[in-house]
Amino acid sequence: MNGRNVEISLTVNGETVTESVEPRRTLVDFLRENLALTGSHVGCEHGVCGACTVRLNGEIVRGCLMLAVQCNGAKIETIEGVSDSGEVADLQDAFEKRNALQCGFCTPGMLLTAQELLAHNKAPSRDAIREHISGNYCRCTGYHSIVDAIEAVAQQRGRR
Amino acid sequence: MKIVDDNPSALTALDRPNSYIGRAVPRPNLRRLTQGRGQYVSDISLPRMAHVAFVRSPHAHARIASIRTERAKKAPGVAAVVTGADLAKIMTPWVGVLTHLKGLKSAPQFPIAVERACWAGEAVCAVVARSRAEAEDACELIEIDYEPLPAVTNAETAADPATPVIHKELGDNICFERTLDAGHVDDALASSDAVVETTFVFGRHTGACNEPRSIVADWNEGEQRLTVYQGTQAPHMMQNLYAKHLGLAEQQVRVLTKDVGGSFGIKVHSYADEMAAVAISKLLRRPVKFVADRIESFVTDIHARDHRIKAKIGVKKDGTITAFEIDDLTGVGPYSVYPRTSGIEANQVVSLVGGPYTTPNYRAKARVVFTNKNVMSQYRAVGHPIAAAVTEGLVELAAAKIGMDPLEIRRRNLYADDAYPATSASGLRFEKLSHHESLAHLDAMMNYAALRSEQKRLREQGIYRGVGFASFIEVTNPSAAFYGVGGARISSQDGATIKLDAQGNIGVHTGVSEQGQGAEAVIAQIAASSFGVPIEKVRVVMGDTDNTPYGGGTWASRATGIGGEAAWQAGKALRANVLALAGAMLQARPDALDIVNGAVVDKGTGNERLSLAELARVAYFRPDTLPPGIQAELVATRHYVPRAWPFAFTNGVQASYLEVDIETGFVKLLKHWCVEDCGTVINPQLVNEQVRGGIVQGIGAALFEQCLYDERGQLLNGNMADYLVPMAAEMPDIEVGHVVSPTSDSELGAKGAGEAGTAGAPACVMNALNDALRPLGATPLTDMPFTPDKILRALGKV
Amino acid sequence: MKPAPFAYARVRSVDEAVALLGETAEAKVLAGGQSLIATLNMRLSAPPLLVDINGIDGLEGIAHSDGTVTIGALTRHVEAERSGTIAAHAPLIARAMPHIAHPAIRNRGTIGGSIALADPAAELPACLLALGGDIDIAGPDGTRTVKADDFFRGLFETALGPCDILTGIRIPAASKNTRIGFAELARRHGDYAIVGLAAAAQGDGKGLKNVRLAYFGVGSTPLRQPKAESALSSELNGKSIDAAIAALDLDPPDDVQATGAVKKYLAGVLLRRVIKQLMEPLQ
Repeated sequence: MNGRNVEISLTVNGETVTESVEPRRTLVDFLRENLALTGSHVGCEHGVCGACTVRLNGEIVRGCLMLAVQCNGAKIETIEGVSDSGEVADLQDAFEKRNALQCGFCTPGMLLTAQELLAHNKAPSRDAIREHISGNYCRCTGYHSIVDAIEAVAQQRGRR
Repeated sequence: MKIVDDNPSALTALDRPNSYIGRAVPRPNLRRLTQGRGQYVSDISLPRMAHVAFVRSPHAHARIASIRTERAKKAPGVAAVVTGADLAKIMTPWVGVLTHLKGLKSAPQFPIAVERACWAGEAVCAVVARSRAEAEDACELIEIDYEPLPAVTNAETAADPATPVIHKELGDNICFERTLDAGHVDDALASSDAVVETTFVFGRHTGACNEPRSIVADWNEGEQRLTVYQGTQAPHMMQNLYAKHLGLAEQQVRVLTKDVGGSFGIKVHSYADEMAAVAISKLLRRPVKFVADRIESFVTDIHARDHRIKAKIGVKKDGTITAFEIDDLTGVGPYSVYPRTSGIEANQVVSLVGGPYTTPNYRAKARVVFTNKNVMSQYRAVGHPIAAAVTEGLVELAAAKIGMDPLEIRRRNLYADDAYPATSASGLRFEKLSHHESLAHLDAMMNYAALRSEQKRLREQGIYRGVGFASFIEVTNPSAAFYGVGGARISSQDGATIKLDAQGNIGVHTGVSEQGQGAEAVIAQIAASSFGVPIEKVRVVMGDTDNTPYGGGTWASRATGIGGEAAWQAGKALRANVLALAGAMLQARPDALDIVNGAVVDKGTGNERLSLAELARVAYFRPDTLPPGIQAELVATRHYVPRAWPFAFTNGVQASYLEVDIETGFVKLLKHWCVEDCGTVINPQLVNEQVRGGIVQGIGAALFEQCLYDERGQLLNGNMADYLVPMAAEMPDIEVGHVVSPTSDSELGAKGAGEAGTAGAPACVMNALNDALRPLGATPLTDMPFTPDKILRALGKV
Repeated sequence: MKPAPFAYARVRSVDEAVALLGETAEAKVLAGGQSLIATLNMRLSAPPLLVDINGIDGLEGIAHSDGTVTIGALTRHVEAERSGTIAAHAPLIARAMPHIAHPAIRNRGTIGGSIALADPAAELPACLLALGGDIDIAGPDGTRTVKADDFFRGLFETALGPCDILTGIRIPAASKNTRIGFAELARRHGDYAIVGLAAAAQGDGKGLKNVRLAYFGVGSTPLRQPKAESALSSELNGKSIDAAIAALDLDPPDDVQATGAVKKYLAGVLLRRVIKQLMEPLQ
């Protein structure tokens, strides 16, 4: 046995992609290296920091804990995709307005995680927000402003 | 949503019309980052770029007997295998010393270990390959014979004659020592009503930036020029180092810094593996990339703290603090880090202990020793959290001993707000601080009295909550006194160049850099205000040694106070140039004109006379229509360095409110407050977020973070699962308030704010914890981080 | 750090998986991958082949019938977390779920993978042990069922052979007398516990019977505590609780988060807290 390349075909941000990949290539490296979608970041490569968070078939996953070969036939969405679709525009606005990012390295993963929370919980408490983003490491902000931004968007969406 | 205290109480608005000073202007270009369209070094890919991976020493100390590379060289995708001996031929070693830290010594360090590895994690061989994965594959094929040497892992015994000397040529394992004796400490202690003596321990921790250290080095043999893309805080400093150690002229080196995924002092040092990557690029004449993985980060990113301090305070019954005395010991790894050294943290501790208080009696001793662990150097708030914890810990222990409220003892000993200028016992010079006003503001903001009654009521129900405080001072806006006088080519001055373009926009080129703090926004706000254009018309250029004035970069809370002042002055200079031209064009006296909102106006009436776009059009395309002898100069450069004061000290006070589960030793943080005085506030939101982020890093130090080494010098928890960084669920909401005491050293009056949070948080969490446990008779906790283990032991539960 | 090279095979059936595992020594099963891929990335493990079982139909889903809740091996944590069946009939699992890692991990991690990995600090193996569940296994010699009490054998060592696939777990559905308790102490939300306790029992008047305690994070496997269980399985009062704590037979090793002595002490604290939960009838 060896790591012979495998051809995979999948949808990334609505675009069909066919690539030949080594089985050992993680999903996040595939996105970054093969597709040059560098919005998903590599922070720890062992599933703790959450910087590589992307959506697989509509649900957030760790891009470092998935292999690209596992994604044959899957639908992947990255921060670039949800930015272009406008799906998280209000969250992005709130993060910018509230300065809920400093270096920005955690932000793509943080936004996708927040979006999933708000999809399931329309009016999360601050504690619920903190718990939901507890797998996304931010070294810069201390989290308070991120919680503020997510809370503000939950309220805005609730008013709509 | 609650944005606290977004409008500071007093603004020195520097009364330009349409000033952005003091306003929470959103940072320009943030959308790039929220859309994942930034460019971090790890995102960069160049044609023919190869990837570097390192074989790292598994031993804390070992002689490298042999390195066999044949199998690795034949592995798929491998371009080269490079050893320390290979690189020693093209890159000179370095020694991390500063002459003003008298006696500080270190040994030559090479980009890749030559003959000896001195800590577990030091690079001993490099593989360059088509991909990082293939480079790692080949690393597994390199056979290295190590002869293990005795490892020095205990700082307490590192200087003993019986302990092996790590670098024989240095004679001993002592890196640096400093002593200080001010006033009459022995007499003061003897005349005290109470003396508290204890030992504080600070765990070794590290920055854990979300983006690991990354570098792309590109030596162009045809141009004879090196371009380095690096996530660094100090591009010009790195330019100098690469040139110096590769034997190049500085103009042969360009350092480019785009987005940086966190820095906190981690990315302001030279790293052997980054120096190696640069040398490898030159050796192979092709671009190479090195991105530290997380495991490498833990054993190579500088560590910090790791101090043991025996400390003493004397106090009178009336609360008067009579003296402080400390004895500090720290083990910094096998090399003093280049070029900022590994002596600064201990030096800062000596300087800063007792800093907020008027007592003239202070004795300190600090010893910095070499050990066979990862190197240590400056990380956010260098020395401050240690000094503040020692000082504030002693103050609250003393207050408890004499039965005085912790705020009251501070009121009786803090420098009075009208006592300035003042010089501390350790010789620090304070221009203007506001300890008492800050404390009063905090008292009101947190409703201290109500918290105390809540605490009392809950104790009766078996719920143990604690309130703790920390007053602090912070070194910001460092002058050449910090590094330059010690011989390091680290710029304390900074420059800004502002150019007017042909449409009336301005480009601001600044020597300071951005790692997320908001320096870009602050520079834009200042330039827009000083020159007179809407902020949308400003573009800031930073992080490029080819295209920015020489500057120090962003560290030690200097970007706003120093880089900002340079931008302020450059804006004024360009305004003068523009008004001189406008005067000629309009046949008006320049001093009767001003620039407001992107147009030249009459100063008196505010009536628009000429848009900047029109002025620029004429200057650039129809200079023939200008009066004879008039040459438009639509670029201005100014530089600034603090001269009147070696440092612009800031001050503040923090409070923590927490609850201890006395059965489990777990701590729940309920709330945190900080009032700080960073002089003129350019952007209150950015200041608040610096404070909040800093506080959480300080909380990490107090409760969670520690690099745990065993006696063989092996790091036991070098991964993100076992090294506990603060995550959202355990962190409290944080309220921030401001007092404003501008420095008169600059027109802006801005001081720094980047370290305040980290400086005070560990101290006040410690004090709150001890306050919570005091009624239970627990031994005061002074050994950070305060794990459930330690808390349960203090309570006598185990 | 990137994984060492390996081959990859996505199988469509359990038989195919078992056969492939038989052909390649040291091959590993890839289910949710939330622990496995981290170890591959760090090169702590370098199998020659990964057998991806995610494409096998029929290995996922949650069902309740005849007093038994069945959970397919490929059921993701998130499905269990949101499942009405789990909430109603396997409330111990429901209570444990929010403590397991973080949302992105729970979206991908599988129930079967967690049991098969048998991390001694993980929640689900302990829950399964506390509930006295069964583990369904398919192997070269056909299928078999192993009781949770017989499944966890050593550090990351279970009754699974190298060519076996865990196909599902079965647990007795909660009845009106069922009592459950769950508590863990982790430094940060979602971390592996310093010490945790999953417990199940039957309410018996004012007391309890059939008490099953399963500790995690304190040994090389989740650990039952028969002496403490019997101390609690008659009359329940301060004395019997003290006796149960005194009867805890734990000797946890030190680790980077806590010393063994503290873990042992905390095990007693958790027992007190869990007993309080056991005394409450289910809603």
